[in-house]
Amino acid sequence: MNAAPYGTVATYGSPDELLAAVRNVQAAGFTRIEAFTPFPVEGMAELVLPRPSNLPAIMLGAAASGAIFGFALQSCAARDYPLNSGGRPLFSWPSFVPVTFELAVLTAVVTGIAVFLWRAGLPHYHHPVFAAHNFGRASTDRFFLAVCADDPRYSPIAARAAFANSGPISVEEITS
Amino acid sequence: MTSAPSSAANISDVPNPALAVATLASVTEHVSALPLAHPRPRFWWLIFLTAFAGVMLLLASIAWLFVRGVGIWGINIPVGWGFAIVNFVWWIGIGHAGTFISAILLLLHQNWRTSISRFTEAMTLFAVACAGIYPLLHLGRPQYFYWLLPYPDTMGLWPQFRSPLVWDMFAVSTYASVSLLFWYTGLLPDFATMRDHAATAGKKRIYGLLSLGWRGDARHWAHYERLYLTLAGLAAPLVISVHSIVGLDFAAAMLPGWHSTIFPPYFVAGAIFSGFAMVLTLVIPLRRVYRLEAYITDRHLELMAKVMMAMGWLVTYGYFAEFVASWRGGNLYERFVGVNRATGPYAFAFWLLLACNILIPQLLWRTAWRRNPAVLLGVALAVNVGMWLERFIIVVTSLHRDYLPSSWGMYRPTFWDWSTFLGTIGLFIALLFLFLRFVPAISMSEMRGLIAKKEELP
Repeated sequence: MNAAPYGTVATYGSPDELLAAVRNVQAAGFTRIEAFTPFPVEGMAELVLPRPSNLPAIMLGAAASGAIFGFALQSCAARDYPLNSGGRPLFSWPSFVPVTFELAVLTAVVTGIAVFLWRAGLPHYHHPVFAAHNFGRASTDRFFLAVCADDPRYSPIAARAAFANSGPISVEEITS
Repeated sequence: MTSAPSSAANISDVPNPALAVATLASVTEHVSALPLAHPRPRFWWLIFLTAFAGVMLLLASIAWLFVRGVGIWGINIPVGWGFAIVNFVWWIGIGHAGTFISAILLLLHQNWRTSISRFTEAMTLFAVACAGIYPLLHLGRPQYFYWLLPYPDTMGLWPQFRSPLVWDMFAVSTYASVSLLFWYTGLLPDFATMRDHAATAGKKRIYGLLSLGWRGDARHWAHYERLYLTLAGLAAPLVISVHSIVGLDFAAAMLPGWHSTIFPPYFVAGAIFSGFAMVLTLVIPLRRVYRLEAYITDRHLELMAKVMMAMGWLVTYGYFAEFVASWRGGNLYERFVGVNRATGPYAFAFWLLLACNILIPQLLWRTAWRRNPAVLLGVALAVNVGMWLERFIIVVTSLHRDYLPSSWGMYRPTFWDWSTFLGTIGLFIALLFLFLRFVPAISMSEMRGLIAKKEELP
């Protein structure tokens, strides 16, 4: 039985070559591409993500809900367990600010990281691209670009043609 | 002589000469070799085992505390806050430099922070771990520490949310969790690098598991960068809130010498001051032992020295403001606390604190001394001592003689006070050496990003 193809993977030696290759491949009409780099390459995010990540907005929402929860928690506790300290009002909201703030930050951070991991599909220990030759160097000094087999225009020959004039170090087909 | 401490922004634009010759591979190789090849094993084992003995001492001290209660410490009425609170504030202050370096300097585009941020974040975590132990032990019945948390219990009990102690519980636990998550998020790509560089299958598997399968996908990076910046943006006000709340622990009390609005900002400045001193104390010997001078250069030391000096002056202003407020505030008791600090039974600690925190750091006005690791280490050690004494003075002198002379008393630390303190120093160093042994101490992915940018320059 033949394994299903993952796609065609090319290796580059510098971030600029990779950026040029991504532009070439996109110009050739491929949409299902994946790039792998040892650090965030400047200019890459705009090429692979149609619009900037909205994580900060999600985290802001999470912070707001954390703050509301924290404030409500303290207000309810002040009502359910009334502590009269020096005749101060039970709903003494200024003293609720620190805990409200801490819970806002905590909720935002936990949500941000959880949403990030969920979006990235991590943890995910097995990925076909790990089989690529020298892929270990994708975390050091090599830049990988894959055209995935589920791309409507994909064929090994078309993919190789799209890589050809960007000067890859190597090109290979990978099965998943 | 010299430039003002505020010129840090300009000097940071000068490229690090070592990075000009470094390549993506050489940086990765060098940094990942620290945990993988384990150089200088004898040094590591010597320090680790010594520190581990400290951990055992800490466990023994805590066990004895559980058996006998807080009476084993020198605390009593009137001084109910002894070493436990002094050390709590000292440790948590040390932690703040890590967040300052990794979050605030990131937001300010101070690229020089890259080579020290990972290490100082680890320092933050371990310092907060040491700090967090103290208030819990000091509760009297530490086994019931969870009563500080709001949870639906059968007693129908809620914490007193107007109390700074409860604020502290939230602030410190949030700070510890956020620091850990921020640190781990930053480590994901580096764990992947470690996985790819590890020689044995076992190491590959462990680092692989820790990396969560990170493969450097460009889309992941795009989200990751936004996430990391936003986390930094949240960590920056968080660190300020944490030490402000620690300051409020004191300021909310109606006690001469504590009841002051200057406390929160003055505590934050003091925290960063002592934290930078601790970073320097650790980094100067370690960069030499592990040959990291190419990454943590004399320029880094100089910049940290400048930040330390600037914070030192803020702290000095805090002392001055306290002094003026107590002298001119028209409150007899406040004035007495000022006089008692300078001339009372703890005067030696007060004057030593002024020497360590104000006098000795002035050596750093001289450029040559700022760039001299030995001098810098000496100054940093003095500031560590000075900031510990500052907390001692604040805690003890306000309590031991307050309103009624008939209820005055003295605080004398016991063996168990000292053993718990030494024990947390052991815990801190042991954790730090485990970190150096198993985790890349410099952020490799951020260093690679910096190098790539340098290559693009004409």
